[in-house]
Amino acid sequence: MEWETVIGLEVHAQLSTASKIFSGASTQFGAPPNAQACAVDIALPGVLPVANRGAVERAIRFGLAVNGMSAHNINRRSVFARKNYFYPDLPKGYQISQYELPVVLGGTINIVLRDGEKAVRLTRAHLEEDAGKSLHEDFHGMSGIDLNRAGTPLLEIVSEPDMRSAEEAVAYARALHSLVRWIDICDGNMQEGSFRCDANVSVRPKGAQALGTRREIKNLNSFRFLQQAIEFEARWQIETIQDGGTIVQATVLFDPDTGETRAMRTKEDAHDYRYFPDPDLPPLVVTEATIAEIRASMPELPEQRRRRYMSEFGLSAYDAALLTADRELGEHFEEVVRHSLKEGEPLAGADFKLCANWVINEVSAKLNEENLPAAKAGVGGDTLGHILRRLREGAINAKTAKDLFSEFWSEARESAYARRGGDPRRVDALIESRGLKQMSDEGALEAIVDQVLGANAKSVEEYRSGKQKAFNALIGQAMKATGGKGNPARISEILRRKLAS
Amino acid sequence: MFNASLKEIAAALGARKISSVDLTEQFLDRIGRLNGDLNAFITVDRAKSLAQAREADARIARGDAAPLTGIPIAHKDIFCARGWLTSCGSKMLSNFVSPYDAHVIEQFNRAGAVILGKTNMDEFAMGSSNETSFYGPVKNPWDRAFVPGGSSGGSACAIAARLAPGATGTDTGGSIRQPAALSGITGLKPTYGRVSRYGMVAFASSLDQGGAMGKSAEDVALLLNVMAGFDARDSTSLERSPEDFAGALAQPWAGAAAEQPLAGLRIGVAREHFGAGLAADVAEAVRGALAEFERLGASRVDIELPRSELSVPAYYVIAPAEASSNLSRFDGVRYGYRAPEYRDLLDMYCKTRAQGFGAEVKRRILIGTYVLSHGYYDAYYLKAQRIRRLIAEDFARAFSRCDLIMGPTSPTVAFPLGSKVSDPVQMYLNDIYTIPPNLAGLPAMSLPCGFGAGNLPVGLHVVGDYFSEARMLKVAHHFQRATDWHLRAPKGI
Repeated sequence: MEWETVIGLEVHAQLSTASKIFSGASTQFGAPPNAQACAVDIALPGVLPVANRGAVERAIRFGLAVNGMSAHNINRRSVFARKNYFYPDLPKGYQISQYELPVVLGGTINIVLRDGEKAVRLTRAHLEEDAGKSLHEDFHGMSGIDLNRAGTPLLEIVSEPDMRSAEEAVAYARALHSLVRWIDICDGNMQEGSFRCDANVSVRPKGAQALGTRREIKNLNSFRFLQQAIEFEARWQIETIQDGGTIVQATVLFDPDTGETRAMRTKEDAHDYRYFPDPDLPPLVVTEATIAEIRASMPELPEQRRRRYMSEFGLSAYDAALLTADRELGEHFEEVVRHSLKEGEPLAGADFKLCANWVINEVSAKLNEENLPAAKAGVGGDTLGHILRRLREGAINAKTAKDLFSEFWSEARESAYARRGGDPRRVDALIESRGLKQMSDEGALEAIVDQVLGANAKSVEEYRSGKQKAFNALIGQAMKATGGKGNPARISEILRRKLAS
Repeated sequence: MFNASLKEIAAALGARKISSVDLTEQFLDRIGRLNGDLNAFITVDRAKSLAQAREADARIARGDAAPLTGIPIAHKDIFCARGWLTSCGSKMLSNFVSPYDAHVIEQFNRAGAVILGKTNMDEFAMGSSNETSFYGPVKNPWDRAFVPGGSSGGSACAIAARLAPGATGTDTGGSIRQPAALSGITGLKPTYGRVSRYGMVAFASSLDQGGAMGKSAEDVALLLNVMAGFDARDSTSLERSPEDFAGALAQPWAGAAAEQPLAGLRIGVAREHFGAGLAADVAEAVRGALAEFERLGASRVDIELPRSELSVPAYYVIAPAEASSNLSRFDGVRYGYRAPEYRDLLDMYCKTRAQGFGAEVKRRILIGTYVLSHGYYDAYYLKAQRIRRLIAEDFARAFSRCDLIMGPTSPTVAFPLGSKVSDPVQMYLNDIYTIPPNLAGLPAMSLPCGFGAGNLPVGLHVVGDYFSEARMLKVAHHFQRATDWHLRAPKGI
């Protein structure tokens, strides 16, 4: 039987406010234990919560971003509720969350896969506070409690069970991760726990309508773990069913060391959280004026930008998605495009595909290698744009362009990326001083080709007997003879003509 | 000075007839003499109080005294005060010295008042007799075999026994007004949101409201002037322009003349307040007070509060539900009592809470946990919230026909210590008249209006529309100018 995996994700995104969601304590990461826990965070008798406006605004930014800037999915009145349970790192004995009336209800995240696009529907997004941390090591039979994280604002983003593979789940998580940083509501730092995923996974025979019993994998803090955990879990569920077993609803943990998931608790010992509206907090009322103000402050969204790259620049959906995976990368790309133009040349004259390829292949590769954000790219968009302008004009060939780019990037690396490498003027100065100008003179190139043909009779022989490879070898020889500066297109043309005669 | 009004004490301090240090010492000495028997205070701290008194004297000498500067005030032990034990009447907090001040305490400190001590109360404000306190019951100064009422029983007793010139209390279902009635003093629970709840240990957040207790409406008005005001740290605090509750007390009712100062006042009287369950002695005293108001020019309007009988059941769903959650923080992890021995985390929780809470608190946590449980929430909590809205509608309808509602504060005068502890339902019915204003968020007060069986005091309950405290206090003040019930003090005190 063929099986289908069904996945829904719950993502906790830490909102990038300076203070906590219900107190004035700082949210800065890395302070000594309990240095950032105020009276409200440690739940002294008599203290009261006050909602952080910045957290609410960030939730609204998210709501607009996932609904094409329309506010139909933003509840004008949402309610904070108490989720009651005892745990030492939960100081009040309840977590303030949103239950029946969340601030955001519905929305869509479009994901782009190699074989097309897919819309993942959002169920809801609600505000809540994080708990503290229990430390079980180094306390000799006791546990330590660090409440620095208690009260940190979170947006819990819940998707519908719309994903059908680990790849789709990862693409969704990446798109969401990109979006929350794009709209400046979350720093996306997964090591510090600013973006954590829970995955609800079930399996069913392909074609079946009813959903299988799901198990929830908790607290996945990297895309790789998300992928591994879902793959393992789905395989385990299918094998369990095929072996005659049944799936029991449960919460499971993923162990990155073994790559396996194991049950933490089943539905039988699930808590009764006794949710009820928090009487300390009046309903959260969002006015039209607030929405209008927030809407006016929103940047162009990845989705809009992606469509623009496709329609305006003629890029493929896949390239456009890669360039908009990150707001800064897209901005870098657009800078490259602008600087690749001659003075006064209209934007339409740009070779968008060339610029896109360079940013996707060269720039992204280096950024990944060095684990850098696009804003820290070793070669500025102005410099790279200028290199590409010279390339388009035929002043230099692609090899020279790459050499210059690499050289400039190395300069930046030497400064530990404090400075960028190269600048547009140096591009021209180096072309001049090093004589890197592409050799396109027909007569000179013909002489070189004749010389190469004379010296490589064996390759000529092979080519004539049908070996295409030999042709490339001959081009390589000719390029070498020009000191790497020859115009490869012209050389190829001359060579082809001569071999044919 | 023990029988003097706040105004008189302030005048004496201002004229340098007495210093704040002398005044504070006199009250502390009196507490030292009488508290062993009455048990009105959980904590007094001579050094702390006198240090504040010295500061107050310096401030008076500088000439920048506020109306309550230098006057010692007793605070219910539910208000956090920096450096003071804040026990809330519970073993659970019997070692909790607050590191911060409640908004109410800050306001009194800013006014230059002296903290005279922390008063006894029912544990976590749960009780109507002050018998659930970990620190033992408070005695009624009118007859020490009787309860003073609760939960603000310590504050009520302190005022009645002249151990303090003024006191704070809190009121969730009658905890200021019922002990005020049973102890023969004046007490006001303001409109919900008037007084910040920041630093007031929470019992039932949507009902809790801090208020003032004193010998007279005038004293209560002066205390309320200090306590009331917006506080951004309490999201349910209401932002309103400041009011002087004491300024216009002596002015007659709008349009009335001096000889009949309450002419034009329409007093609503509800049939439901005079039905079965109301003791005859209380009914008689209340009717006497209503007649007095008519002599002062007021008219009576018959009103109906048909849903008031639902208030006790609704209250005993909502208040325990909120309490069960509010009291979850008392887990022995970060502060307060922790069981000395336990096996593991769960055992630590269980033993700490089993040993740290008294029987009444446990009863309400159990009720609250039950009504919020999956499958019961709609039947209990949601239904109770609907009843709450209906009760508020009853009041809104009534206030379209009258200015104030009057009736008995409590169905009986004070009852003997120990007589109702084994019957929680009888105990809960003490608050049958006082609960509805809490459910609606309305201001309400109790003032002495006579004596019943055993020569024990009777309280008159006055309920006003939202934010009508100034009018209520004015009406009460005129009554107290015409009567002397509030000036009577217990014998032998």
